[in-house]
Amino acid sequence: MEKLSFRHATSRALPGAKPQAITGVVASGNLEVLLERTLAPTECTVEIETPIRGYGEVWAAVVADFVARSQPGGLRITINDGGARPDTVSLRLLQGARLMEV
Amino acid sequence: MGERIIDPAAKGWAISWYEASARARLDGLLDAGSFREVVGPEERRMSPHLPLFDLPRAFDDGMIVGSGRLDGQAVLVAAQEGRFMGGAFGEVHGAKLVGLLRAALALKPAAVLILFDTGGVRLQEANAGETAIAEVMRAITDLRAAGVPVIGLIGGRAGAYGGGGLIAGTCSRLAVSEGGRISVSGPEVIETNKGAEEFDSRDRALVWRTMGGKHRRLIGGADAYADDSVAAFRQVALDLIGRAPAFDLATLEAEQARLEERLTRFGDCRDATEIWARLGVNDPEAVPALATADFDALLANLRETTHDAR
Repeated sequence: MEKLSFRHATSRALPGAKPQAITGVVASGNLEVLLERTLAPTECTVEIETPIRGYGEVWAAVVADFVARSQPGGLRITINDGGARPDTVSLRLLQGARLMEV
Repeated sequence: MGERIIDPAAKGWAISWYEASARARLDGLLDAGSFREVVGPEERRMSPHLPLFDLPRAFDDGMIVGSGRLDGQAVLVAAQEGRFMGGAFGEVHGAKLVGLLRAALALKPAAVLILFDTGGVRLQEANAGETAIAEVMRAITDLRAAGVPVIGLIGGRAGAYGGGGLIAGTCSRLAVSEGGRISVSGPEVIETNKGAEEFDSRDRALVWRTMGGKHRRLIGGADAYADDSVAAFRQVALDLIGRAPAFDLATLEAEQARLEERLTRFGDCRDATEIWARLGVNDPEAVPALATADFDALLANLRETTHDAR
């Protein structure tokens, strides 16, 4: 299992007040994303556990792109990966952020 | 903690039970907004065994438990996520269900609903999983003896196999959809042990007419047949809570007599279609293709598929 951890600063807090949300399932080619509003308003962390080793740079790029698009300030995001492709990861992260806003 | 952005009910969309995640099933089954999860994903009670095999864990270990309301009545619910490890019972997964059932003994809800979606015991933590199956069956009998109905809902892609099939057999009532399957040994297991001549696991039609929802309903293994939608399962669950049998000696003796008679009548049948013919179905070959309304009409005509045993 490879463990990755990213920390980003955002320009704002993610809108909404929902304290937590979960989306996705740990299955082949899929992943689950747990989002918790527990950090300072302009901070975001993403922790990942994945059985597929050696893709740290791809994860870093997908996470950076998500943070730039969603500005998910205040969120602690934790991922259990089941070998999802980068586009699926990106989709689930955006889905998760949206769930925290509604 | 649901996982929806759009409310499908407000849009008038039917949600397929088979396709839905365990969380989406609970979300649509219970009264809107009434679900309260216990030991939720944020507690991160994950399997202590899977990391030894370098396998990914799930925050809820594939078992979601909590309380909610069903048409205003207080119920406790457990839902298995069939896509995570085939919904299999591991240590945490099983302990959450055992804990829920034991809590029900004190809380006395109107019913406990178990949303099965499982291939059985998780091989990576098999001892803990087998123990959990035994503990769940004991807890269910204790609960039924205390007068709380335990209703099983089966319509997920993993079905209710292995220990999950055994647990289903201890429930007060079972509802199944066409896609739902109930058995102990799965198709691949039978084929591996007895050969493809005995059971060809790739023959989907054979698998479904031997273990599928329609067959289970026809021979009285399940007590209700539901369309593959969350709304249909909600309706059926409500109906079954009101019709749960007493758990006493008379019920058990009736169940024993029913099973003995079933074996005498159908024990020599080589295929489910032969059983259906003996049950009085005029055109057994047509059963798998029947729509729900036609299948319900057939059940009403046969009458003997309704019994108070179990």
